[in-house]
Amino acid sequence: MTLHADLQVARGSFALDVALSVAPGEVVALLGPNGAGKTTALRALAGLLPLDGGSVRVDDAVWDEPPKVFLRPERRPVGVVFQDYLLFAHLSAAENVAFGLRARGMDRRPAHAAAVEWLDRVGLAEYARARPRSLSGGQAQRVALARALATAPSLLLLDEPLAALDASTRMLVRTELGRHLGEYTGRTLLVTHDPLDAMVLADRLVIVEGGRVVQEGAPTEVARQPRTEYVAQLVGLNLYRGRGSGTSVALDEGGELVVAAPASGVVYVAFPPSAVSLHSARPEGSPRNTWPVTVVGVEQHAHTVRVRLEGSPGVLADVTTGVVAELRLVPGARLWAAVKATETHTYAG
Amino acid sequence: MTRRPGTRGRLPVVLVLPALVGLAFLLVPLAGLLVRAPWATLADQLFSPAVGQALSLSLLCASLATVICLVLGVPLAWLLARADLPGRGLLRALVTVPLVLPPVVGGVALLLVLGRRGLVGSHLYSWFGISLPFTTAGVVVAEAFVAMPFLVISVEGALRAADPRFEEAAATLGASRWLAFRRVTLPTILPGVVAGTVLCWARALGEFGATITFAGNFPGKTTTMPLAVYLALETDPDAAIVLSIVLLLVSAVVLASLRDRWVGGAA
Amino acid sequence: MLCRTGVAALALLALAGCSAQDTASTTEPSATSASSAPAVTGAVTVFAAASLTESFTQLGKDFEAANPGVKVTFNFAGSSALAQQINSGAPADVFASAAPTNMKQVSDAGGITGDATTFVKNKLEIAVPKGNPAKVAGLADFGKADLKIALCAEQVPCGAAAKKVFETAGITAAPDTLEQDVKAVLTKVKLGEVDAALVYKTDVKAAGADVEGIEFPESDKAVNDYPIAPLAKAPNAAAAKAFVDFVLSGKGTAVLTAAGFAAP
Repeated sequence: MTLHADLQVARGSFALDVALSVAPGEVVALLGPNGAGKTTALRALAGLLPLDGGSVRVDDAVWDEPPKVFLRPERRPVGVVFQDYLLFAHLSAAENVAFGLRARGMDRRPAHAAAVEWLDRVGLAEYARARPRSLSGGQAQRVALARALATAPSLLLLDEPLAALDASTRMLVRTELGRHLGEYTGRTLLVTHDPLDAMVLADRLVIVEGGRVVQEGAPTEVARQPRTEYVAQLVGLNLYRGRGSGTSVALDEGGELVVAAPASGVVYVAFPPSAVSLHSARPEGSPRNTWPVTVVGVEQHAHTVRVRLEGSPGVLADVTTGVVAELRLVPGARLWAAVKATETHTYAG
Repeated sequence: MTRRPGTRGRLPVVLVLPALVGLAFLLVPLAGLLVRAPWATLADQLFSPAVGQALSLSLLCASLATVICLVLGVPLAWLLARADLPGRGLLRALVTVPLVLPPVVGGVALLLVLGRRGLVGSHLYSWFGISLPFTTAGVVVAEAFVAMPFLVISVEGALRAADPRFEEAAATLGASRWLAFRRVTLPTILPGVVAGTVLCWARALGEFGATITFAGNFPGKTTTMPLAVYLALETDPDAAIVLSIVLLLVSAVVLASLRDRWVGGAA
Repeated sequence: MLCRTGVAALALLALAGCSAQDTASTTEPSATSASSAPAVTGAVTVFAAASLTESFTQLGKDFEAANPGVKVTFNFAGSSALAQQINSGAPADVFASAAPTNMKQVSDAGGITGDATTFVKNKLEIAVPKGNPAKVAGLADFGKADLKIALCAEQVPCGAAAKKVFETAGITAAPDTLEQDVKAVLTKVKLGEVDAALVYKTDVKAAGADVEGIEFPESDKAVNDYPIAPLAKAPNAAAAKAFVDFVLSGKGTAVLTAAGFAAP
């Protein structure tokens, strides 16, 4: 029941050539810079753009295989959440959600009932009659998600689903989106340029640059072993999954971090490499996370040096060239890493 | 924070002056009609059977012509705005031909095509015995011919301003292109369609040249208000003024109510 | 090109018509005096009915050729409009009307000194498309419902004349359209959209080869007289009289009959 796609699209001088597979229940993030071909890939999967070569198939069902087969978008069991949601302004929230069911032949009453139920699931039951114009960004995003999921698609496509939101709503909506994706049994492809979204929401990352896949793997795997400079900068983020108890989080991969905000249950803890300071001896007397680490790699970036360190947990640190010289940072060196609790961000899993 | 008067500056004279001249230019001739109207005999003229006949025929024909324009013109506008046609620019220009063609010439062109000896009309006549000239149907055809570009241009403009991605969103939800057009695109461009319909209807109501050339003039059958006005002008200018005022009032009432309901309301 | 051949044809017809007309119009000795009196000079302004446009333009040229030093200026328009202009004090020398009523409007206002003279008559004629596909033979065919018939609207002169003809002939016409002017009627005849129409003989002539004319006896019942007169307030009275005489001369009548008018 896995989606297998070999997407080949030529657009003038730009050529997309990306192979993807998404298993049921799996969330795959297509991550890359602007112009990498992410949206082109999404449109090809939705049937909004025919392939020039390759194929899209879900097991035995062939959706696209030039030159013979092309299933029009309305015939594909897909749900799409567009970047700016594209809610139909002349329809209420419930009518928007019911649209796909009506288009697929369901009668008005059951379709409306199902739509209201979906709005309830995304916490917008009281907004059933509201017009999209009167909804906030976060609410519109949830209506768009309900609309995409209402038809029970076997493939859910999300195009930068959080990009249009401001920072504070974004965190909330991201958490909630993660919950819905967890409940969804179909295949999800998430297109984003935001590594945090990708890492929090996806089981697997596929990173594209210039229309080609440059790396793929589990988020932590990709983050630890970036294969191109773009990926390194992209995932320049220390991200951990763990179980919170008060301000302390026990990490899945071992170790413990003290965080700023109390958390409980499964949480993610993230902080940028620039928040990590390195010391030759254990720093004294401050509310810090400190733990021993071993240098495994040193990479020169534009203005900083990125140091990859093993330990419990493993961590990335960005330091100045002065620090490199002072601490003699070579692979195998033993050091202490320190991170202030206030520099960490905690997200519910 | 109360705004002091004049914080926005004075209205620029370079705009206001031509605007007022333009307004006067449009309104003074209407005022002239009203001033010269034979108010004493107005009621008699107004409720004469001939006026009633011409007015009801005008309203009927203009409305039927507008329906034809909607049925044919909206899909045509869609084709021009959305379909990948070769030579679309040329096609778009050709569609507007009835706008620049003198209506009388348009009427002659219709005769050449749909007349009894016309390219198409001759077959209609020999196969089905249908002859459009000198019939009420002929009036509708002539009015639709002249008025359709107004609708097509207006709707096409609205379509081109509308985001085609909404149609894509509808497609991903399982809607065929026809359903997407009906349920998504059409409601979105409704203000443009209404504006085009109003223009189209007004143009059809005032149509004279193509109508009299193609459909002729016969009371109760093809004599619409503009034709009645023109012929009255030959012998009885007072009657012509009365007829014009009737036409003016009817169209003003219809257009004003439609604009308030649809065009203004959409803004 | 068309214009040139037209003029040439008119000139030929004028020559042909001359001999016939000379014997007929013995009452007009001024025909010779006009050409033998070269005393006329200056500008002469002629107000003439629109239906006289072609023939009077030709006459104007002939008049200028016969009287070096004279410049003829025309104002062609509907006769009622012209009458109104003259009565409002327009500086005209000659008035040629398409209907006696309009001339009467001017004479009632004291606009002319003597009597107006009828210089031509115009009769109605049946106009049919080339080849007469419906085999129209006479006025009686206008009562047939299955024929497509065009008439002028009653509000315009040709329509009024048609109405009079039908009334006197006792025929109830079954028109399909009442056109706003004679040009519109002829368009429909030319295109074969109507089987028959009733227009003035001069209009049939002017319409060219696509329209055929059929004379009918009842047309005598609605003959339209065209009167002409020099005006009382004519700025150039001598030239005005000379021009009227020229129109009434054999040469003038020849040009007019060539255009389809009948001699009075």
